[in-house]
Amino acid sequence: MWKSLSTATFAVGLVVGAMAHAEDITIAVASEVTAMDPHYHNTGNNNQIVGLIYDRMLHQDSNQQLEPGLAVEWGPIADDVWEFKLREGVTFHDGSPLTAEDIVFSYERVPNVPNSPSSFATYTAGIAEIIVVDDYTIQFRTNGPYPLLPIDLSTIQIVSSENPDATTEDYNAGSASIGSGPYKFVSYTPGESIVLEANKDYWGGAPQFDTVTYRPISSDAARVAALLAGDVDVISGVPTSDIATLEDNPNIVLSQGVSNRVIYLHIDSRRVYSPFVTDNDGNQMFNPLQDVNVRKAISMAIDRDTIVEEVMEGIAIPAGQVLPEGFFGVSDNIEVPEYDPEGARALLAEAGYPDGFKLTIHGPNDRYINDEQIAQAIAQMLTRVGIETAVETMPRSVYFGRATGDENGSEFSLMLVGWGSGTGEASSPLRALLHTRNDETGLGRTNRGRYSSAPFDATLQMALNTVDDNMRAALLARATEIAMREVGLIPTHFQVNTWGTRTGLRYIPRTDEYTRPTNVVIE
Amino acid sequence: MTVFIIRRLLQSVVVVAVMTVLVFAGVYAIGNPVEILISQDATEAERAAAIARLGLDKSLPEQYLSFLGNLLKGDLGTSFVFGEPALQLVLDRFPATMELAVCAMLIAILIGVPLGLYAGLRPDSVGGRTIMTGSILGFSLPNFWQGLMLIMLFAVILQWLPAGGRGERGEFLGIESSFFSWDGLSHLILPAINLALFKTSLVIRLTRASVRETINLDYVKFARAKGLKPSRVIGLHVLKNIMIPLVTIIGLEFGSVIAFAVVTETVFAWPGMGKLIIDSIFQLDRPVIVAYLIVIVFLFITINLVVDILYAVLDPRVRLSEQKS
Repeated sequence: MWKSLSTATFAVGLVVGAMAHAEDITIAVASEVTAMDPHYHNTGNNNQIVGLIYDRMLHQDSNQQLEPGLAVEWGPIADDVWEFKLREGVTFHDGSPLTAEDIVFSYERVPNVPNSPSSFATYTAGIAEIIVVDDYTIQFRTNGPYPLLPIDLSTIQIVSSENPDATTEDYNAGSASIGSGPYKFVSYTPGESIVLEANKDYWGGAPQFDTVTYRPISSDAARVAALLAGDVDVISGVPTSDIATLEDNPNIVLSQGVSNRVIYLHIDSRRVYSPFVTDNDGNQMFNPLQDVNVRKAISMAIDRDTIVEEVMEGIAIPAGQVLPEGFFGVSDNIEVPEYDPEGARALLAEAGYPDGFKLTIHGPNDRYINDEQIAQAIAQMLTRVGIETAVETMPRSVYFGRATGDENGSEFSLMLVGWGSGTGEASSPLRALLHTRNDETGLGRTNRGRYSSAPFDATLQMALNTVDDNMRAALLARATEIAMREVGLIPTHFQVNTWGTRTGLRYIPRTDEYTRPTNVVIE
Repeated sequence: MTVFIIRRLLQSVVVVAVMTVLVFAGVYAIGNPVEILISQDATEAERAAAIARLGLDKSLPEQYLSFLGNLLKGDLGTSFVFGEPALQLVLDRFPATMELAVCAMLIAILIGVPLGLYAGLRPDSVGGRTIMTGSILGFSLPNFWQGLMLIMLFAVILQWLPAGGRGERGEFLGIESSFFSWDGLSHLILPAINLALFKTSLVIRLTRASVRETINLDYVKFARAKGLKPSRVIGLHVLKNIMIPLVTIIGLEFGSVIAFAVVTETVFAWPGMGKLIIDSIFQLDRPVIVAYLIVIVFLFITINLVVDILYAVLDPRVRLSEQKS
């Protein structure tokens, strides 16, 4: 009786609550923003929120496809010149018109933000010159062909040039936080909340919520509890272990979508001796991971379906390449490698390791969904085919520095890592993870396994210099096929993200993992 | 007295110096914050520039010396992550933690002392035994789990109180605090109870032990024999004499409540210093870690000083100037 009564009260409370506050929404996210300055720190946590206050030249939709933003038309007019036509009649929140001058100002501000821990300058470095043709037409002259210009420009927020000397503190305090986006800045209390209100004059139409409150709740359990208690309406990062329980709860709606993040193994495939590879007696040996057949055997020994079903509780997608299907530059010819322990043993024997060898797999324990358990599962699978594998995991603050290593390469031999494609297409992981490392061009900067293949490099280079979209997609797919055939890295699965909302709301998943009120649907 | 205070402050400078060396060496050994902070798309040149901007390209002794130089000018450095003065970041979060700590200690004292007194006076009664058994629970249940159970019960099932966060602040006599608004108080109750449970148990057990010890002493027997009312015997003679250990423990615990409210602040998303320090440790934000620890060291030293002064107030036999340590 008590139970049914309380459920009834609860339901009534919800209905009343929904009617009274349908126009307000509170969102709990796992991490705090580091600043409200949109050019200060390039991280997803910041970008998902400042992207509501500001517009970009082009926007990325929920699947990271480009769509018109401040620019309505764009395209190359020569191999190294792009022209953008701006939307007319866009105003900032203070009423002043947004013109080409503001766009030039924003791009010039990007490399010059003091103390910026991670600048957006990567995305403006390829621009040689910005030419303002008139108030609503801009041309970019680039350093050589630069097909990714529109994508790179879609990451940079446009601020008002009326505050030329605004500092990061001014943005945090709100006096400079004036954008043209769907929501206006109201307040920012570090560690506590960010409050935004609707910009009723938004060029894309008035947004559906009057007030949006973001709250950082880092503990997974506490975030779920806040949703159950009705304190918040939407949460990101529902832990996989809670999904089954929440699915049965009539007051909660879960939404899931694949992300642009691939979880993969980087393999030390260059060095003659690898720090964590030994023979069965523990003595140093020539690095067997140099042999493509050994790498292939490792890939075949991994039962991706079991990882997805058991470790990830079904909330992931087995991976055979660096981006899930549907993304630009993905190959249709690559299958997810089949689990084949017998074949793996045979390949190892053929490569001259019939008795296997010893290896340690390293991974973070606080970065990806269930990262530690994945590393453990992989170690067991490799041990089963004769590669006796130990596991060592550590906090991300220790792990990534050691995984990147110094000029002598990574401190590890086999490492579990993830990569989210910020550009939403295949060139991002291919150039960072698989291209031969080159400190001058920045290619292969995160190539921790030092995979290096001339045919792959050539194909990717060609793609990066091809402005034509169809041609480029084909070249990227071709490059992916080469790298996967040579097992430059071993993808295991694509991360699937889960959002929770109270009943009456639903979240449209975003592949970039952002949590935004603009993706919430009122039902 | 003045000499005593000055000596204490000098000691604290030594403690701070040792502590900063340890933190510098420790964070340096863990890794490079740039690896965590920088965008995955950044080029090698940008990475090198970021390292140089944060001063991390210099050797450890050089970094430490430049830190000391700035410290003498009162500058504790700029946060790697937030780009704001580290001390300011810590002090901005100080009031939230202070509110929580004061509230938790009040609960611990107001509940712990009377219950401990009762359990000490009637050790064999059902009430006394129940209190002592209950206090074991307060000791042994993990803080994290306790917090989640409080949220489950009061926020999710009963829906009486919010599950976390800090509420609106009211203003009273120019001071802004959660104590002065209903919304603020309702947000404060659960985390304060969570933080107070362990301390309450400690106070109960300490009070009980002291009462049991004191109650059989001659002066208490004499006071009784004189025919004083029991309330006066307990309220004046017993209570005043058990205050010395209590004040020591409460003082020390107050410091630890402020310094180590990390778990409670994480579970309840309370925007205090504990939350800041744990995030800063994860991101290797050394200036914030150092600034926080300096604040905490001074806090402990101040509290200990106050406790020592209170001894003298409570017990006329104590002379502060005689203490050498």
